[in-house]
Amino acid sequence: MSLFNTELRRLRKRRFVRYLTLGGLLVLAAVAVGMFFTNQKVGPAQIAAAERAADREYQQNLGYMRQEQAACEQAKATGNADVGRFPPDCSSIQPPPREAFQTDWHLPATFEFREEFGSTLIALTAVLGLVAFVGGASFIGAEWSTGGMMNLLLWRPQRIRVLLTKLGALLSALSGLTVVTIGAWTAAFWATGTYRGSTEGMTSGAWQSFGLTGLRGLALVLIAGALGFGLASLGRHTALALGGVLGVMVVGQFGLGVVLGMARVKFVEAWLFPTYLLAWMQKKVTLQNWASCQATYNGECKPATFDITWQNSSILLSVALVLVLGGAIWSMRRRDVT
Amino acid sequence: MAAVLEIEGLAKTYRSRRRGTRRALDGFDMRVEAGQVHGFLGPNGSGKTTTLRTLLGLIRPNGGRMAILGQEVPAALPTVVGQVGAIVESPQFFPHFSAQDTLSLLAGAGGVPQQRVAEVLELVGLRERAKDRVKTYSLGMKQRLAVASALLKEPKLLILDEPANGLDPGGIREMRTLMSDLAASGMTVVISSHILAEVQLICDSVTIISLGRRVAFGPVAQVLAQHSGGGLRVRLEAVTDLPAAADLLLRSGARVTPQDDHLLVYEVDKPATVTRTLAAANLFVSELAPVTVDLESVFLQLTATAPVPGQHRQVDQSAVVDGTSSSSSDSISGGWGV
Repeated sequence: MSLFNTELRRLRKRRFVRYLTLGGLLVLAAVAVGMFFTNQKVGPAQIAAAERAADREYQQNLGYMRQEQAACEQAKATGNADVGRFPPDCSSIQPPPREAFQTDWHLPATFEFREEFGSTLIALTAVLGLVAFVGGASFIGAEWSTGGMMNLLLWRPQRIRVLLTKLGALLSALSGLTVVTIGAWTAAFWATGTYRGSTEGMTSGAWQSFGLTGLRGLALVLIAGALGFGLASLGRHTALALGGVLGVMVVGQFGLGVVLGMARVKFVEAWLFPTYLLAWMQKKVTLQNWASCQATYNGECKPATFDITWQNSSILLSVALVLVLGGAIWSMRRRDVT
Repeated sequence: MAAVLEIEGLAKTYRSRRRGTRRALDGFDMRVEAGQVHGFLGPNGSGKTTTLRTLLGLIRPNGGRMAILGQEVPAALPTVVGQVGAIVESPQFFPHFSAQDTLSLLAGAGGVPQQRVAEVLELVGLRERAKDRVKTYSLGMKQRLAVASALLKEPKLLILDEPANGLDPGGIREMRTLMSDLAASGMTVVISSHILAEVQLICDSVTIISLGRRVAFGPVAQVLAQHSGGGLRVRLEAVTDLPAAADLLLRSGARVTPQDDHLLVYEVDKPATVTRTLAAANLFVSELAPVTVDLESVFLQLTATAPVPGQHRQVDQSAVVDGTSSSSSDSISGGWGV
């Protein structure tokens, strides 16, 4: 049995990794099942019901306005204390037009596969990314803190090879998990679209777009796993990776966001890591600065915008990956195992 | 006889901003012949574990050369490690795996056939508990598992750091028998231990280390003989004659150390000189025997770690190579856990 296969086997045998994966998959299953039961197909019956509901709402508003108009006229005639809450001219109290009460508002949620599936891939990536980060950190961190790594190095005294083989095993397992989960996820939402919405308009181009989003999701899951693995390897403990991320999120993101907001920095979100993750998945995030005016030809003010693209995100993620994994490899090569 | 293990001038220095420079190994030498059971002795912090870790590639030395089975390490360690079984310091295993899983994964990583796992579990008496998680094991059982992991490869050189630690008396005897059997089968065994009576019983040769330097080495009998001082224990028929006898022997050129009921006499060419000298003065010897020493007293003498009433020796206080003692405040010293 090769070292790679042994490490894959070790990963499968880790109870924490199993529970973590199961927990992540259960969350995703709950989302998929929830989406299935909270959506339904929209047909003539649902449209008729929605029209009835819109009409009912219009009638209720109409009755209320008539009551108010009558109260206004009565208050004007008697001169009582309520007169102040009505406009000077009671005839100006008019109900909104019927067309203001839109039928769409009363339609039940329906799952439009083409429009909505892309967003669900972001949720899927977030959950799998978290599993990958924590699982990756635990896989190597627990080995270091319990002495398992030292034992392994007594058998295979090639430090870098051992570290990279472990990382390779982790990334392979994550790839398999992510691909299978994306497949099941797609099938689940295709079923939701088929039975509780619509799957119309799914051209090959739309599938290609979802495929690319899925690929970017897979890459993000692998990067999260590698970062967790690298950070825990640097600190030789799982807690360093988890504590480090918690510190970055609380101090580096929440705190930084507050400080930059108080300093009235433009495009505060451009300094926050989650923005780049979103840009990676959506291909582009457009930030707006509402404290500025970009004049248009018709005299309107539009806010200034700033685009963060997936290419920007890829640079940030690459730098993080190189720093963390490079540091872990350097540390593995240089530091004594005590 | 061919050397299985050779260490020459091994040096390791730890540098820390807080604690300064600490020389854990200071030109240490060691040689173990093939087929021997070799005791590796030294007080806490003398450099035993640092030596073993350095030999096995876990720590980078600052100088010196090491060879295992005739091949220079650490360069040839990946080649030679398949013939070296080792446990270093206290046994450390992933607590949530069973002994079976632990050994199976090590066998997988080292390319050892899986059926060997059952053999070593039987050998160390863990067959019945093989499927229990390691966290449920006592220290002695973990120690047995560590020995099993070291034996898994059927090594030519077996290095055991405190193998009897935590074992019950029966376990210690089993371990002693196992060591003897392994040596009889042609395996070379290096044991680091503080149970000196055991070492004296089972070892063919010893190396004693103090403050990172070798202070004694060779076959056990030879080391004991070198440090017995060639003294004689002399008892007389009447204890009251002891002062007169001491005076006579001193005048004849001997060195005499009076005890309560006998004399310890050194630097006499042969025992007959004592009887002749005393008989000439009508002082009659009732017992004349060579002074024997055990390994423990030699160890305490060489490392200057014998307890002194009213004093509390610190871990770094032991002998340097010329027999004087050193304190922890010196820049060149050992350290706890080294």
